[in-house]
Amino acid sequence: MTVEDIIKPENLVYEKSKLLTSKPFHYCPGCGHGTIHRIIAEVIEELGIDEKTIGVSPVGCSVMAYDYFDVDFIEAAHGRATACATGIKRVWPDKVVFSYQGDGDLAAIGTCETIHTCNRGENITMIFVNNGIYGMTGGQMAPTTLEGMKTATTPYGRKATLPAGAGFDGIPNNGYPLHITELIARLPGTKYVTRQAVYDPAHVRKAKAAIKKAFENQINGKSGVNFVEIVSNCNSNWKMDPVKANQWLVENMLPEYPLGDIKVDGKIVEK
Amino acid sequence: MAGFKGAVSVDTERCKGCGVCVVNCPMQVLGLAKEVNGKGYNYAYMAEPDKCIGCASCGIVCPDGVISVYKVKL
Repeated sequence: MTVEDIIKPENLVYEKSKLLTSKPFHYCPGCGHGTIHRIIAEVIEELGIDEKTIGVSPVGCSVMAYDYFDVDFIEAAHGRATACATGIKRVWPDKVVFSYQGDGDLAAIGTCETIHTCNRGENITMIFVNNGIYGMTGGQMAPTTLEGMKTATTPYGRKATLPAGAGFDGIPNNGYPLHITELIARLPGTKYVTRQAVYDPAHVRKAKAAIKKAFENQINGKSGVNFVEIVSNCNSNWKMDPVKANQWLVENMLPEYPLGDIKVDGKIVEK
Repeated sequence: MAGFKGAVSVDTERCKGCGVCVVNCPMQVLGLAKEVNGKGYNYAYMAEPDKCIGCASCGIVCPDGVISVYKVKL
C-alpha cells in the first residue's frame, strides 16, 4: 500500500481545526503559542460553541490572535484583557468568554486586573501562557523569569538579592519568580486552576483536556474563574533551537513551575 | 497480524522546520528535508514512510498545524 493510497479524505484521523483561519501563524518556528491556539480551536469546535464564543487577545506575541481564530475577538489594552472579558461576560452572560494572555501581560502590567478579576469570581476562562520572558519586545526579564536566567535586562542572570560583598549582601535586586497561579488559587473567586505544558504529545493532550474542562465549567457554572496556565517556550529569546528549548523547559521551568491541577471545583488540591 | 498503516501530509509552504515533530515521532518516520520552501525553511517530510503507524503525535505537537494524518487498518 503506497502513501498515495492512504492519503485519502476517508482515512483522515487528524488535521488542523477548521476554526483556525488559513493565515499562517507569525510566531517563531517551534513557538508554543501555535500549539495552544490549535488546542483552543479544537476545544471550541468540539464543544460546538464557536457561534457564541468571544476571545480577548492581549498585548504581546499573541496580540494578533484574532487573525487566526474564526470566532469573535476583541483586542484589549496591555494587561486589561480580563477587565475587558469581565465587561463582555456581564453584558452577555450567555456568551462564552475567554482571555488569552502571556506572562508579561497577565503577571506584570495586568497583575491588578488579574487579581481583581479572580477575586470577583467572574465566570470566564483565562488562558495564561508562561514562558518566563518578554518575547515580543526582545527578551527582557519578566516577573516569571527564573532565578539565574539570562535575559536582555539581566545579562548576568536574574538575582533575587544583590551579590555578597561591598556591603550590599541581601539587598533586594530583581526579586523572585512570581507564582501568580498559586497566588490566585488561594482566592475564593477561582473555581478551577491548573498548570499544563505543550512540549510533547502527552502533555498537549492533557492541556487540551484542561482547557476543555475550563470551558465546560464556564458553560455549566454561574461564577468562578477557570484559569489554565500553560508553561511554554520562547526559543528565540532563550537563544536555543526549538527542540533544545523544549528540553530546557523540562529541565529548568518545570521544577520551578510544577505541572498539575492546583484547584478543582473550588477546592485546593493537596499534594 | 492486524495493524495500522499511516501516512502524513505536510503543508510544506507553511512548515517552519522547527523539528518538534521529528523528535516526537515514536517510529522515527519524519525528517527535515534538504530542500527549502519559499520562506527558506527545511520543511518536514516522511523520511521513512513504511514505518508510519498513523498515531498523529506529529500533528498534535505541530505548532503551526501543517500536518494532516491519515490511517488505514490492515
